[in-house]
Amino acid sequence: MNRLVARDLTLAYEQRVVAEGLGVEVPDGSFTVIVGPNGCGKSTLLRALARLLKPREGAVFLDGEPILGQPAKQVARRVGLLPQQPVTPDGITVADLVARGRYPYQRLLRQWSREDERAVAAAMEAVGVTELADRVVDELSGGQRQRVWLALVLAQETPIMLLDEPTTFLDIAHQIEVLDLCSRLHEEGRTLVAVLHDLNHACRYATHLIAMRGGEIVAQGRPSDIVTAELVERVFGLPCRIIDCPETGTPLVVPADRRKALTAGML
Amino acid sequence: MSTPVREAPVRKEPVRAAAALGRAGGLLILAGALVAAMAASLAIGAENIPLGRVVDGLLHPDGSREALIVQDLRVPRTLLGVVVGASLGLAGALMQALTRNPLAEPGLLGVNGGAAFAVVLVIAFLDTRTSLVYVWAAFAGAAGAAVLVYAVGSYGRAGATPGRLVLAGAALNAVFSALTAGVMLLDPRTFDGFRFWQVGSLASRDLEVVAQLGPFMLAGAVLGLLLARPLNALALGEDAGRALGVSPARTRALGALAIVVLCGSATAAAGPIWFLGLAVPFMVRSLVGPDQRWVLPYSLLLAPVLLLAADIAGRVVARPGELETGIVTAFVGAPVFIWMVRRGKAPKQ
Amino acid sequence: MSRVVRAGALSVRWEPRAAAVGVGLLAVGLAAAVFVVGTGDFPISAPEVVRALVGQGDQATTFIVTELRLPRAAVGLLAGLALGISGAIFQSMSRNPLGSPDLIGFTTGASTGALLQILVFGGGTLAIAAGSVAGAVGTAAAVYALSYRGGGVSGHRLVLIGVGAAAMLEAANSYLITRAELREAYEAAFWLTGSLNNRGWEHAAPLGWALAVLVPLALAYGRRLTMGELGDDAAQALGVPVQRSRAVLVAVGVGLTAVSATAVGPVPFVALVAPQLARRLTRRTGPHLMSAGLMGAALLSVGDLISLKLPVAVPVGVVTGALGGLYLVWLLAATGRKGTT
Ligand SMILES: Nc1ncnc2c1ncn2[C@@H]1O[C@H](COP(=O)(O)OP(=O)(O)O)[C@@H](O)[C@H]1O
Ligand SMILES: [Mg+2]
Repeated sequence: MNRLVARDLTLAYEQRVVAEGLGVEVPDGSFTVIVGPNGCGKSTLLRALARLLKPREGAVFLDGEPILGQPAKQVARRVGLLPQQPVTPDGITVADLVARGRYPYQRLLRQWSREDERAVAAAMEAVGVTELADRVVDELSGGQRQRVWLALVLAQETPIMLLDEPTTFLDIAHQIEVLDLCSRLHEEGRTLVAVLHDLNHACRYATHLIAMRGGEIVAQGRPSDIVTAELVERVFGLPCRIIDCPETGTPLVVPADRRKALTAGML
Repeated sequence: MSTPVREAPVRKEPVRAAAALGRAGGLLILAGALVAAMAASLAIGAENIPLGRVVDGLLHPDGSREALIVQDLRVPRTLLGVVVGASLGLAGALMQALTRNPLAEPGLLGVNGGAAFAVVLVIAFLDTRTSLVYVWAAFAGAAGAAVLVYAVGSYGRAGATPGRLVLAGAALNAVFSALTAGVMLLDPRTFDGFRFWQVGSLASRDLEVVAQLGPFMLAGAVLGLLLARPLNALALGEDAGRALGVSPARTRALGALAIVVLCGSATAAAGPIWFLGLAVPFMVRSLVGPDQRWVLPYSLLLAPVLLLAADIAGRVVARPGELETGIVTAFVGAPVFIWMVRRGKAPKQ
Repeated sequence: MSRVVRAGALSVRWEPRAAAVGVGLLAVGLAAAVFVVGTGDFPISAPEVVRALVGQGDQATTFIVTELRLPRAAVGLLAGLALGISGAIFQSMSRNPLGSPDLIGFTTGASTGALLQILVFGGGTLAIAAGSVAGAVGTAAAVYALSYRGGGVSGHRLVLIGVGAAAMLEAANSYLITRAELREAYEAAFWLTGSLNNRGWEHAAPLGWALAVLVPLALAYGRRLTMGELGDDAAQALGVPVQRSRAVLVAVGVGLTAVSATAVGPVPFVALVAPQLARRLTRRTGPHLMSAGLMGAALLSVGDLISLKLPVAVPVGVVTGALGGLYLVWLLAATGRKGTT
């Protein structure tokens, strides 16, 4: 059985039910990418997988046991999460923020081990923010800030990482850089689950793709197996063509030019 | 971030128009409520006077007991309630928009502390009975303290950021409250005078107070209402605001000026009724959303309705005596406020 | 920059600057306390006070120092410590510098309880103390219960509802004060301003015991508080049981507020100002509970000394308000010049 599994989830905020009877298995060692239109419940699912949201029904299992029954710090050493909208404390420096990712390993008299030091340095190195270590996070660019938060999750050194829109706010070069980094982490043996908005990136990097709509999983599998024009139309309501990416051979989504259709209709 | 494609943008226009119509209708209803509250405030009291007689007394002042009550007591009190309430509501909305802090009430800019200190000085060291002296002392104290707060908050390169203004206000209010307490406790006589001012009340003020402070409040209100658009732009953040052509520094300075004039006059006229300025804008935001073009006028109208209602309730529940307006406002307003926070519809600002 | 001390698997992190500020504040607080002990109808010089404290003084002096005046100084230091820590807890939890227990009703609740005892039931010292504890704890319980929704409490909602509660309780206090006999109301006003007059070991001892429990608890939860500033989601993902920690921290913060209000009355502004001052002096982010606490202790102790030296009798709350406020003004201006916040 896979390490992170959700069964029959009913997810809700107060009265608003976001998903019902949702089941997900995150294949071990996969780079799983979740796609879907805004508000379809991607973040909600991720929060449930990271035991931040208590399912109204069903349960999430980590290593075969219900995740909610396990000690918080022990879970935090196995599953990390980059929230979609992280809160940066006023005036905190980059190094201090990244260091907070080591919390699950620390105790009252083990506040800063050499292991912590190494993990933080490695995480900052990996996302390329080492030179920014003493800068105040509030004064960084959006992309730099995003990478700092990513470093925080990296410093947590979990075998499973959940990333909610890790590439939002980044320019195209930094998007690719972050995704390459994710890919490398994946190759080193970690399991990654990321919410991405760019379908082409999703197709290129994912080993396992989950397409959601309205709180349901519409399709899942290898991108080249499941991504078709019909699927994109069904999930996003976007007419398109699918071609092979000249670079990687993965599916490439080319939106139909609706301006032509519109002009034609008006004439 | 991408937007869902299904949402056809065409549908939005009529929806938005309908919402605007609804909000405008809401404003009309509030205006109606204000008129009703004024009428009730003229009619209800230790002695109820039928509305017909109220109108008679106003149109033909015949010197009868009832005409005198209406003219000399109820009219000044009602008008005072309207201007004080409107000023506090608008000042509160401006304050929360400016500082982006839902805990900020207008008195925080030093107004409460400065006014109280000036009043306690007058009580302790001047032998005067005329209420106008208190009023002008309070106004001067409020203005002086506000200038200090703004000077401290905007000193140096960091400029008047909302966070610094709030802290400077809290710091100077601490200083002034301490000084006030020190003077108040000098002797029981001073304490006796001050304890009643401190509660906040609309009772026994002359029409002269309204006449003298009215122009200030009017000017403050006009200035405040004109700031709706720049404040909307600033709500998106300083850079977005600047990109939209708004000068953050100027908007803040003008906003602070309007707040101080409005809240200073209100506090001078009726004492500190701070909860109104905090709660009303909050309630309004949960009704009409964050658009300042609606928040400001709604606050302007809702606050006097609540204040008059509280004042009337205070006259009724403790007949033949009465409960001070400030006490009733908090006692009625706070549960409503708590209920709205619990419902959680209000935005976080 | 922080330093680390390691021994085997153990490691402790400390920051020289924060430590220096802490030691400095402690020294200021203790020195002020020594002078407080020396002040009175029978003045005692500082060296003599110290000699009496370490058991080297003559009998009369030792009696005056340890039995009559030391409790007052101790109450000042301990209550200040409690106020500073509770202020830091609530400001951090609400991410709002205005979220201090003064403004969110707990202190006001303590006042209401005490006023009811003083003005309505005519209770003695013990009854007043009990009333203020009951007022603070009752208010906190009500505010916490009212903020509970959908399986948890958000710091933001807690503070807003607290402000609502504060408004009501303040109105109740005004009602009691304006309806009471002038003489009684005047006395009550003294209590409300916060005073250290006539404090004996019967005040200091319970305060000390309560802090012996509450302060370590607060410090133990300090790291969770720090993590909480990353937002509920990130904190929880990192293994902080957010809701449980928040409940414990609210309880500890209220406890600290209540015991300090019982000992010195609701001294205003110390809880509001001390964490802000400490934060600016240590230049640290995060709630830094200990610095805030030591700042509170120094403020109250120095305030007490000044109030004793003034020609007119003013309660200590007047001095701490003026002192803390002015100091914060100065710090704001100083940091403003450098362009930092
Ligand atoms: N804290 C919340 N309270 C209430 N409703 C929420 C909350 N967060 C998200 N929702 C609702 O749940 C649905 C799914 O949201 P989310 O999972 O954030 O979508 P996305 O797929 O864009 O990440 C949306 O309709 C959203 O409005
Ligand atoms: Mg999302």
